[in-house]
Amino acid sequence: MSRELTYAEAIREAIDLAMARDERVFLFGEDVGVYGGAFGVTEGLYQKYGPERVRDTPISEAVIAGVATGAALTGMRPIAEIQFMDFITLSMEQLVLQAAKLRFMLGGKVAVPFVLRTPAGAGTGAAAQHSESLENWFVHVPGLKVVMPSTPADAKGLLLGAIEDPNPVIFVEHKLLYRVKGEVPEGYYTLPLSRSQVKRRGRDVTVVATSLMVQRALEAAAQLAAEGIEVEVVDPCTLKPLDSDPIVRSVVKTGRVLIVHEACKTGGFGGEVAALIAESEAFDFLDAPIRRLAGLDIPVPYNRELERRMVPQVDDIAAAARRLVREAC
Amino acid sequence: MSELFADLTPERLRELLHQMLLIRAFEESAEQLYLQGLIHGTMHLSIGQEGSAVGACAALRPTDYILSTHRGHGHCIAKGARADQMMAEFFGKESGYCRGRGGSMHMADVETGNLGANGIVAGGVPMAAGVGLSIQMQRQDRVVLVFFGDGASNEGAFHESLNLAAIWNLPVLYFCENNQYAMSMSIARASKVDRISDRAAGYGMAGVTVDGNDLVAVYRETQAAAERARGGGGPTLIEARTYRWKGHSKSDKQRYRTKEEVKEWQDRDPIARLARRMIEAGLLSEAGLGDVQARVDAEMAAAIEFAKNSAEPDPATILEGVYA
Ligand SMILES: Cc1ncc(C[n+]2csc(CCOP(=O)(O)OP(=O)(O)O)c2C)c(N)n1
Ligand SMILES: [Mg+2]
Repeated sequence: MSRELTYAEAIREAIDLAMARDERVFLFGEDVGVYGGAFGVTEGLYQKYGPERVRDTPISEAVIAGVATGAALTGMRPIAEIQFMDFITLSMEQLVLQAAKLRFMLGGKVAVPFVLRTPAGAGTGAAAQHSESLENWFVHVPGLKVVMPSTPADAKGLLLGAIEDPNPVIFVEHKLLYRVKGEVPEGYYTLPLSRSQVKRRGRDVTVVATSLMVQRALEAAAQLAAEGIEVEVVDPCTLKPLDSDPIVRSVVKTGRVLIVHEACKTGGFGGEVAALIAESEAFDFLDAPIRRLAGLDIPVPYNRELERRMVPQVDDIAAAARRLVREAC
Repeated sequence: MSELFADLTPERLRELLHQMLLIRAFEESAEQLYLQGLIHGTMHLSIGQEGSAVGACAALRPTDYILSTHRGHGHCIAKGARADQMMAEFFGKESGYCRGRGGSMHMADVETGNLGANGIVAGGVPMAAGVGLSIQMQRQDRVVLVFFGDGASNEGAFHESLNLAAIWNLPVLYFCENNQYAMSMSIARASKVDRISDRAAGYGMAGVTVDGNDLVAVYRETQAAAERARGGGGPTLIEARTYRWKGHSKSDKQRYRTKEEVKEWQDRDPIARLARRMIEAGLLSEAGLGDVQARVDAEMAAAIEFAKNSAEPDPATILEGVYA
């Protein structure tokens, strides 16, 4: 059985199910309690589970990451929230130099099973320090998993999968997805981390997209279908470790690939995907150069129109895919 | 009289009252415009905190610096910014202080020494040590005052900054606007010490707590700290106790406090308080107060007109502002 839930509701349901099922799971972060989280995601959980298992912290992102690490190291299953992904910059040392490396440095004798949830993305007029998409920073760090769901059903299953996972997981949500609705199965289920999904089948061009850009790519694909262009949309879901096979197979089939993400282009995840395609057997099947469409290399502007132009929109994706299909090698 | 108003002249007092009223009017207009759907983004209103913003900046010179916070409209006006260019920034217009790139949370007016509001809690606090060091190394007769909230005092960087400023004897005024809450987190839940200013002792610097809704008291303490800093006496931590009347931001249901509590603090309105004291002392008449308010209203109306009529940034300039 399934029913429609928003992405935010699906995440809340996952946390609720995990807490009901496993005493070790607890939730903490800034304003996650009575306030219900800055975006309302944790609404009601404080009332249900009480102040011991749903904890408000002071504004102290370094120690939030530290508490997640220390508690996970010694038998708990923490879910930490960093209120906006921008503020994860204040958590970096504990995440990158401690949590990510502990298992390796201690010869595999420990595990650090926590999930750090955080909303990323522009589009809310919150300007340069509340709109970042920093996922690729973490992709670069061995020892961290990075998950970025694009639908409510994926968000629920992947979050439960992340909570069960023995590794620290950076779980990147998108602010503009919180109110997006979709069918979500009832009850407890996990989706395996590291499984790319083909979200739409098509033969003409592959679009590899992440997070909100998956939704935009699907809209663009619907537009292009009316023009006779069949787009295949692949969503990695987990950026690290990346399940590359579905991407490679898709490009072998279509011979054309557009990679779309919101984060700035330079140093972004798209470069990694492009490289893996270039290194794979799909290279020989390419009928056009690999293309990337990504955020401009600037901080996110406040002005609404500048902000809109900074991030790929549906029309931009459609135009880029259309150009690619018309391009011959 | 000197007791009541420190060394502030009647003329200066009327100016400061005008600033407080202008801040209130700016915030009320900002809220209105927001509710009318004219503003894209978020905002943090400082209604109720005008006494601390204006009292603190009154003790500074035009050449002194401030660093501000996400709740920074008041600081900006208090340091001497114009309401029209601020409003234009709020609208995201090219004529705004940050050319529409920064918005409410990044309001700055470099010419009046305001190095900017900040989207990051405690974001300005470490930088303040750098500004202080720069002043010291250039042998300038300046100080820097950094505003931050009660919530900011629990960021690690706050502690690093205070310690460094203390050991290097930097001319930094750490000005904490303790408005009792950091979003939903009360300072009583977030800290075990009663007074945030007590933390100064841990770094070997002077610390003082003042009634933030008493403009003159804020002025007096800030002036003393500024004098000490200018004389090579190093940094001070000032805690001004005040209250934010409005929600944290646009989306706050305010489940963490009672209406009675809000009402109690509204009865301690910093603006009404100064006005009343001035009237009682014969420095202001009811009619005179009306004149100040009328001036403020006209200024705000003009600011909104200016903002509405200003041009949007040219999209062709989108890549400007970064060297790399
Ligand atoms: C590093 C960081 N963490 C969290 C936030 C989100 N946030 C913005 S304002 C705020 C509360 C700040 O409280 P306080 O410092 O007391 O200032 P006030 O809002 O009361 O003026 C929070 C949690 C942020 N902007 N930056
Ligand atoms: Mg506060």
